Amino acid sequence: MKIKALTANEAMAEAMRQINPDVVAAYPITPATEIVQHFASFVADGLVTTEFVPVESEHSAMSACIGAAAAGARVMTSTASQGLALMHEVLYIAAALRLPIVICEINRALSAPINIHCDHSDTFGARDSGWIQIYSEDSQEAYDSVIQAVKIAEEAFLPVMVTADGFILSHAMQRIEVLEDEEVKEFLGEPKTPYTVLDTDNPITVGPLDLQDYFFEHKRQEAEAMRLAPPIIEKVGKEFGERFGRYYGLVDPYRLEDAEVAVVVMGSTAGTAKEVVDKLREEGKPAGLLRMRVLRPLPLKEIVENLRDKKVIGVMDRAEGMSGFGGPLYTEIRSGLYDVPSHPPLYNYIYGLGGRDIKPEEIEEIFKELFDAAAGKEIPRVNYKGVRE
Amino acid sequence: MKEGWKELPIGAIIKEAGSSIKFETGDWRTRKPVLNKEKCINCLFCWVFCPDSSIIVENGEMKGFLYSHCKGCGICAEECPVKAIEMVKEEV
Repeated sequence: MKIKALTANEAMAEAMRQINPDVVAAYPITPATEIVQHFASFVADGLVTTEFVPVESEHSAMSACIGAAAAGARVMTSTASQGLALMHEVLYIAAALRLPIVICEINRALSAPINIHCDHSDTFGARDSGWIQIYSEDSQEAYDSVIQAVKIAEEAFLPVMVTADGFILSHAMQRIEVLEDEEVKEFLGEPKTPYTVLDTDNPITVGPLDLQDYFFEHKRQEAEAMRLAPPIIEKVGKEFGERFGRYYGLVDPYRLEDAEVAVVVMGSTAGTAKEVVDKLREEGKPAGLLRMRVLRPLPLKEIVENLRDKKVIGVMDRAEGMSGFGGPLYTEIRSGLYDVPSHPPLYNYIYGLGGRDIKPEEIEEIFKELFDAAAGKEIPRVNYKGVRE
Repeated sequence: MKEGWKELPIGAIIKEAGSSIKFETGDWRTRKPVLNKEKCINCLFCWVFCPDSSIIVENGEMKGFLYSHCKGCGICAEECPVKAIEMVKEEV
């Protein structure tokens, strides 16, 4: 193990170097991050044996990844924001063909207005595409999760995107424990693919027309793969922990067990919010936090187990789902708690759109409002924290 | 009986080469062509015009229709110079 000072961009690129995928196809759309740029230097310097395909768009990048994965290669790419949006059509194809592709994704806002900074609207836009989604709290987790993602993808036979918050993580330097190349290689083993088009003794057809008589069965099969993914993600997170000392699960509860008021949060904001929870605890206030590490598949059991007995819950959304009744994480958590007979009241806080900073004081305000609600005060269901009125 | 979702191969792939030969498209039809052999002069205009290669010809003679692929477009009936082909409603 080595200690390095790396940004999330560099850390994810470093993970890609150690994984040494067979094929990386990528295009640096604005606002691309530096992951591909770093990886391209590894290729140029002969540090990887990867076939690097610089295509003409993100749509083509994912298409090339699909072709390579169908041939049986271990395949990765990286994108952000508009780039992921441009891949949208092809994301569904990768998932439905059950190809274990991994994307290193940097969470950035979607236009318009033009913005290159952090929010989660890009990956929320790909929520229903059939990809497993893992959100990182810090760059260490981004690095660790990229390595785990390869293994998860090759066991679930579903593609995985690992995300890190734009700028807050992608461009901020952090102390990272980097594994030895050999450790990564051993952890991952040989690539596993669901099929290969290159086996000429057993020719197959990939991606044929699939009409009313079969399409539904194939979608049902894909849905089953997603339903079976949580134990795979947990198993790989545990195995990673046993080998390297850092354990990962589907969710990350923080001082939650005896908490009365909890916030649900994703990405780097969890780090800030944990500090606030500590402060409130010192003041004797029973505050807790649930970080959603995995959004797809939705860890329903963990949502229920961790939140069912709370007095009041606040869900922090770094995206506006434009549903008319709250952000996308709010509606997910709300749906998850529906089966709890006397489910706790749930409030939504949309924050940080387009990279707007979220400060500890603001998270404290959120907790204060939630504690007020717990004491019987009426507060609005959907709130915008940090917006100018 | 077609396979259920548990029996199908992963990723909607087809594991068998040349399997399209098994794909019968005749059930798309709502009207089917019926031949009146007494009127037919074996000019084979129907064979030339059929877009689905569904006219059965043996020794230069019109023998009938390959209903497993005929989609009932009616081009054969339209082109037949002696009106030997009639389109009749397909019974379900």
